[in-house]
Amino acid sequence: MSNLDRFIETFLNGAVLAKYTPAILQGVWVTIELSILIVIAGTLLGTSLACIRAYRLRPVSFLIVIYADIFRALPPLVLILLAYFGLPNVGVTLSSSTVLFVILGLTLGAFAEEIVWAGITSTDKGQWEAARSTGLGFTQTLIFVVLPQAVRMVIPPLTNRAIAITKMTALGTVIGVPDILNQATTAQSFSGNASPLTLAAVAYVVLFLPFVILSRWLESRFAWKKG
Amino acid sequence: MSKTTTRPAVRKPEAENGGAAPGAGRPTLEVIGLRKSFGTLEVLKNVSLAVEKSEMVFVLGRSGSGKSTMLRCCNRLEEPDAGEILLEGQPITGSGVNLDKVRRRIGMVFQGFNLYPHLDARRNITLALRKVLKQSRDEADTRAAAALTRVGLADKAGNYPSQLSGGQQQRVAIARAIALEPAVMLFDEPTSALDPELVGDVLGVMRELKEDGMTMLVVSHEMAFAREAADRVVFMADGHIVEQGPPEDLFTNPQHESTRAFLSRYSYGP
Amino acid sequence: MDQLIQQFFNIDIMVQALPTILRGLGMTLLICAVVIPLGLAGGLMAALASTARSRWLRWPAVALVDLFRAIPPLVLLIFVYAGLPFAGIRLSPFVAVAIAFLLNNSSYYGEVFRAGLISIGKGQWEAARSTGLTQRQTLTHVILPQATRNVLPDLISNTVEVVKLTSLASVVSLGELLHAADLARSVTYNASPLTLAAGVYLVLLWPVVRLLSRYQRRIAV
Ligand SMILES: Nc1ncnc2c1ncn2[C@@H]1O[C@H](COP(=O)(O)OP(=O)(O)OP(=O)(O)O)[C@@H](O)[C@H]1O
Ligand SMILES: [Mg+2]
Repeated sequence: MSNLDRFIETFLNGAVLAKYTPAILQGVWVTIELSILIVIAGTLLGTSLACIRAYRLRPVSFLIVIYADIFRALPPLVLILLAYFGLPNVGVTLSSSTVLFVILGLTLGAFAEEIVWAGITSTDKGQWEAARSTGLGFTQTLIFVVLPQAVRMVIPPLTNRAIAITKMTALGTVIGVPDILNQATTAQSFSGNASPLTLAAVAYVVLFLPFVILSRWLESRFAWKKG
Repeated sequence: MSKTTTRPAVRKPEAENGGAAPGAGRPTLEVIGLRKSFGTLEVLKNVSLAVEKSEMVFVLGRSGSGKSTMLRCCNRLEEPDAGEILLEGQPITGSGVNLDKVRRRIGMVFQGFNLYPHLDARRNITLALRKVLKQSRDEADTRAAAALTRVGLADKAGNYPSQLSGGQQQRVAIARAIALEPAVMLFDEPTSALDPELVGDVLGVMRELKEDGMTMLVVSHEMAFAREAADRVVFMADGHIVEQGPPEDLFTNPQHESTRAFLSRYSYGP
Repeated sequence: MDQLIQQFFNIDIMVQALPTILRGLGMTLLICAVVIPLGLAGGLMAALASTARSRWLRWPAVALVDLFRAIPPLVLLIFVYAGLPFAGIRLSPFVAVAIAFLLNNSSYYGEVFRAGLISIGKGQWEAARSTGLTQRQTLTHVILPQATRNVLPDLISNTVEVVKLTSLASVVSLGELLHAADLARSVTYNASPLTLAAGVYLVLLWPVVRLLSRYQRRIAV
């Protein structure tokens, strides 16, 4: 058997691929579902918190900053294990998918809060003054004048961060979420063949590469506008 | 300079608050004993000033003399430390005042235009009409079109600020303010960020506003324009109003030392 | 409430787990000491290739960077650690972690360096070359110092991510901080060792995260 044959036999084994593709496709749906939920929840949470922070109520802002700092400093896997193994013992039992969603949603929320807040604070002071001088209130100015400009500014970094964090759904494997990686490792140990892992890698590339390319495009467009 | 000839009569309806205006007989804008400090720096030391209805008052003074600060106190973008400000006889200082209601009655034009970059010219104008005056889309659009026509930019309604020249941006900013039909307009160096050849358009619009009876308080270094169009010129130095009067008097026969020093630098001195 | 403290903040268990966890911390730092320099070097090369003038260098570089930005690092790690043995390549957990992270981190650092290189105008190249500096000298003495300074916050924030990423090594049973803590957790049936590990990560990374926020705010204003 030639080397190439052996390579194909090990990593692109047709029979193994055929057998386990359905399972991995199920994993694909789980990954997609979780990713969408995490992105929506995280972005909404982060944007809302950044807006609340704009009111500069000291104790509230302080709490938001603490939350954002902790979730940016801690590895998500630590939090996932902590929640998954710790919470049941205090009477809170969440499914592994729920734990993954909550932790990654909170993580993205923390990053999104910092990013959107940076966008809000870098919006020109004159925009606030112009809007307030026409009689718009603080909240109206925030929503109709400042936030739209901030959002435009933060779309590239937010996209990057969202991709990085949705990719972390693979961490769910560790606590048994039936995502792509989990299905693949299971299939790999059943079949004694590495092809399911190849398929998993391909699935992730198919899922995420378009967004990686999108983020590259957004960044270049953004840089071009600035220059 | 392109002047607009088709100017619909969008005049301020008298006494929006119904019947005999409470401020009848009083100046439109009245500043009494205004004081303002930033930290230890005392910027305004007891400034008093009245702007009569339909009057155009020019404020001159060296950089740092407190002109912008005074103007910004008038719509409370800066909070005065002491003193009183009356709009059509009604006090607008103090805590019981609805600031947003007051501010829509006081138009402000900034040196840097401060147009909303994410909205086109029309929507720059309609935002406050819709959210503050709660007008319908049609009402607001009509009013915006009239305001744009008044500043000679009827054809630029769909342009975003980045697609307009500096002079055009400033005229849209003026349209944004006058669309709210303010009782008084404040201008803070409206032409000093403009290329010289664009200044004339903006001054032309201001002249027409004056002819229509708008009350205006203007900080600007456009001496020739002040001389020709202003009813009164106020000179500020070191946080005080040191001298004021009709432009001819002030320019040809300044009484105060600092006024003379200032004017000589602009070669408008005697 | 008592139960909560008992389960997450049990001091006795934390004290008991402390030596294990400190040993784990040692391993975490060792991984960092290897993968951060590797990632920086790989990232710099990726950035140079992806900004090269020749498209035969540029396109493959960009494609590889994007590929490894699309694959979750854990997938990469499991592929290297559990997949390659099928091809007769058996790697220790440490080497597997180093390889997987090299591929992942190089692409992320690569993007940061690339942004830095792009931020330097052509005038700098031209000025340096016109004084007789070679291409290489221009790069190391003129371009890179400026490029690095321009993207320093991003480099630091990416390094924070790399340190957090080392926790994945626990999945292949490399005895780093999280693995040590999780082991203690499974022995004691108590989550406090994990809380302790989280505390260690916070001590390591919180100051950096705080600093970054401050720094970014300064730029924004
Ligand atoms: N927000 C602020 N905080 C601290 N100091 C301020 C602030 N705004 C203005 N000042 C100071 O107050 C003084 C008066 O400022 P102001 O802008 O009113 O001057 P001006 O007469 O408008 O000058 P210019 O012609 O340069 O616009 C200046 O010394 C300025 O530095
Ligand atoms: Mg000023």
